Formats: sequence, structure tokens, C-alpha cells
Amino acid sequence: MKRLALIHRLSGVALSIFLPLHFWALARGLELDAFLRWTEQPLVKFAEWGIVVLLAAHLGGGLRVLAIEFLDWHEWQKSLAAVAAAIVLASGLAFALAL
Amino acid sequence: MSKRSDARLWIAQRATAALLALCVTVHLVTIVYAVRGGLSAAEILGRTRGNVGWLAFYTVFVLAVAVHAPIGLRPVVTEWLGWRGRSREWAALALGVALAWMGMRAVLVLYA
Amino acid sequence: MTALQVDVWRGAAEGRLQRYDVPRFPSQTVLDVVTHIQRKLDPTLAYRYACRVGMCGSCAMTVNGVPRWTCRTHVDRVAKNGVLQLRPLRNLPVIRDLVTDMRSFFDKWERAGGHFEGASTKADDFARVAPDSAARQAADAGIECIGCGVCYSACDVVSWNPDYLGPAALNRAWTLVNDPRDKAGVTRLRAIAGDAGCHACHTHMSCTERCPKHISPTASIAGLKRAVTRAALDGKL
Repeated sequence: MKRLALIHRLSGVALSIFLPLHFWALARGLELDAFLRWTEQPLVKFAEWGIVVLLAAHLGGGLRVLAIEFLDWHEWQKSLAAVAAAIVLASGLAFALAL
Repeated sequence: MSKRSDARLWIAQRATAALLALCVTVHLVTIVYAVRGGLSAAEILGRTRGNVGWLAFYTVFVLAVAVHAPIGLRPVVTEWLGWRGRSREWAALALGVALAWMGMRAVLVLYA
Repeated sequence: MTALQVDVWRGAAEGRLQRYDVPRFPSQTVLDVVTHIQRKLDPTLAYRYACRVGMCGSCAMTVNGVPRWTCRTHVDRVAKNGVLQLRPLRNLPVIRDLVTDMRSFFDKWERAGGHFEGASTKADDFARVAPDSAARQAADAGIECIGCGVCYSACDVVSWNPDYLGPAALNRAWTLVNDPRDKAGVTRLRAIAGDAGCHACHTHMSCTERCPKHISPTASIAGLKRAVTRAALDGKL
């Protein structure tokens, strides 16, 4: 559980760094095509996939926290790590296939 | 920081977390769908320009993130960098304002 | 008969690991190993134990990186490749060798409002508490804590934040929050809230994983978070 919590924390930090960049890039709406051409590069595609995985990881970990904090205690809550991982894998796969 | 404000920050963080769970799911599904077969400015702007529903959704999304991220980072900087006290709170507030500002700018650029 | 290679912490905050070779037996516990070292090999070794049957929690220490009761830890379970590393419990100052100073652990227990505050006198009738009520069941789930410190040692937030009250203190506060005879009310909720209290728990669940009494401080702390939220929303905090 500790490993999942650390992934949750680190993905949150990474997303906090990514978000301002994301907002900045989008705000350059008029030059969007030039920017989008830049994003065609494989390294950038890989980074995009990484960000999607980070987002899914943070979401999965966050759902686990909400379940433990707001629902009555049940044994199955200990297995939420698996649920979180499943969400992450599904998202990563979906995005990779869509690329 | 009083216990009352600590409690309120925690509530705000969990409330925005629940809200973001919805927003992020919608966002991820949309992105995966939109990215199929490549992406172009025309495609993006075609979806966002003048779309009030899109504007409303992403405004909520941006503001929720602007609340959620700084509150989330607070314990991280304390526990891993030893940053405590007033300056931490001001920095968190500044980050929230910055995220809201930059986010809404991006939203309005794509909407207008 | 094979020998166990045992590396034991000697010293206090500064110190080193000292190696001992201990004869290995079937059904041997880690407490057996430490006792053998102190009685047969090195009488200068300091360590704690009392009941040696898994009731008192005195023998808690770090075994191969994990906090455990040594009297209830079979060597076969933990000695990979015949090697054992013994250190004092984490997150507590070391007095000497395997003995820690547990004062901060119990001070935090006090700071969390971990004592009963009643309001009735001997003139009043007995309190009636239904054992199957939700509150009593919640209290019962955490009431068996004997203050051994294993959860406190397992907790990362305690390591990262010296002010954090910790799982045991918060768990105890939760049992009292659920006790209708206790009158501390919001005072206790204020004591356990905040950056050094329940809100600092990040649900790593190391405490729940390691508690030898199978208590879940994570569940208790989640309950405290909800109780504080209710009080805050009612304007009572």
C-alpha cells in the first residue's frame, strides 16, 4: 500500500508541474497547428502517454483514498491497490492504442 | 493554521477530488477518442469554439484543479522539504491563483 | 545444525551493527535468538522483553527492516538465507542497543486526548452501552491496543513529520470518540485534527499491515476524519 501511496504522491507532484505547461501550450491557440506538429515527434508522444498514465495513476490512487476515508471499513478496501492498478493499465493501454 | 481551517482545507481537497474524478474520467475518455487518427488544431477548435457546454465543463475542471493541487502539495513540501509556516500557505495560495489564471486563459483562448 | 548470522545494532543514535553467530533450532523465535546472544555470547547487549508469549508488546523491535514482536516471530519466517538484522524500533530515540525511549510515543497519546473523561459519579446509575451498537463496535475494533509501538514505527508520516501524533494515539482517541460515557467531545476532536493529527494520515496503511493485534488504525483515523468533518460543517470545531 505504501508503494501505491508514493506513486499517488509522485504522480500528483508531476502533474502539478505538467499542468502549467499544458495550460501555457493550449493558450497559444493561434499557433496550435505548429505546436501540434511538434507533438508528432515520438519522444513527445511517449511523454504524452506518460502523462496519461500519471493522471490515471493519480485518479486510481485517489479513488482508493476516498473509498477508505468515506466508506465504512471493509476488508476489501485493502485490495483497492489492485483496482487502482487496473484503472492505470486500462488507461495506458487505451491511449497507446489510440495513438 | 487553526484546526478549523485545517479541517476546511481537507474537506475542500476531498470534495474537489470527487469532482475531479468525474472531470478526469470524462477528459481521459475524450482525449483517447479525439487522439485517434491524429490531432489537428482545426479538429480541436472545431469542438471547443463557441461551445458553451465545453466552456462550462472546463471552467469547473480548471477551478477544481486550482483548489486541489495546492492543498495536495502542502503536506508534500512539509514532509519532504521541511517547509512550514505562513510562507507555505502564501505559496499555496499563489499557486492556486496561478493555476486558475493560466487555466482560464487557455479555456478562453480555445472557446473564443 | 546450521548457524544464523545475526547483525545487531549496538550503540545509540551513533553505533554500528555487530555480528553474532547463533545456533539455529526448529521453532526458534527471534526473541530466542536475542536472548541467546545476551546470555551466552555478549552480556552487554541491552534489549526488552517481558511476557514472551505475545501479550505485552515489550519485545517489539525492527527485524530485517520490519517492526515486529520478536517473541511471535519465527526465525524460519524471516531469516532469508540464514541472515537476521536486528535494530531498535524506528521513529523513537535509542537509549541503548535495541532499547528505545518510548516517552514521545506516550506523550502523543496524551496530546491526542487519549484518556477517558467521564462525568458521572458513584451516585449515578451505571451507564448503559449496547455492545452491538455501531459506536461500541467501532470502539471495540480498536480497543485492544496495548501500546507496543509497532504501528508508530511502521508509519512513514511519523518519520517525515516529528509532530504527527501517530496511529496508536489517534486510534485510542477514536475509541473514546465512540464512547458515549466520555464527555471530552469537541475538545478531543480539536486535539486530533490538523497537520499533526488525523489529516496528516496518507493511508499508506503500514500500521494496519503490521499491527500484531490486527487493529486497523487506518480505519480509526478515517473515522476521525469524518467526525472532524461533521463537526466542522456543523460549525462546532
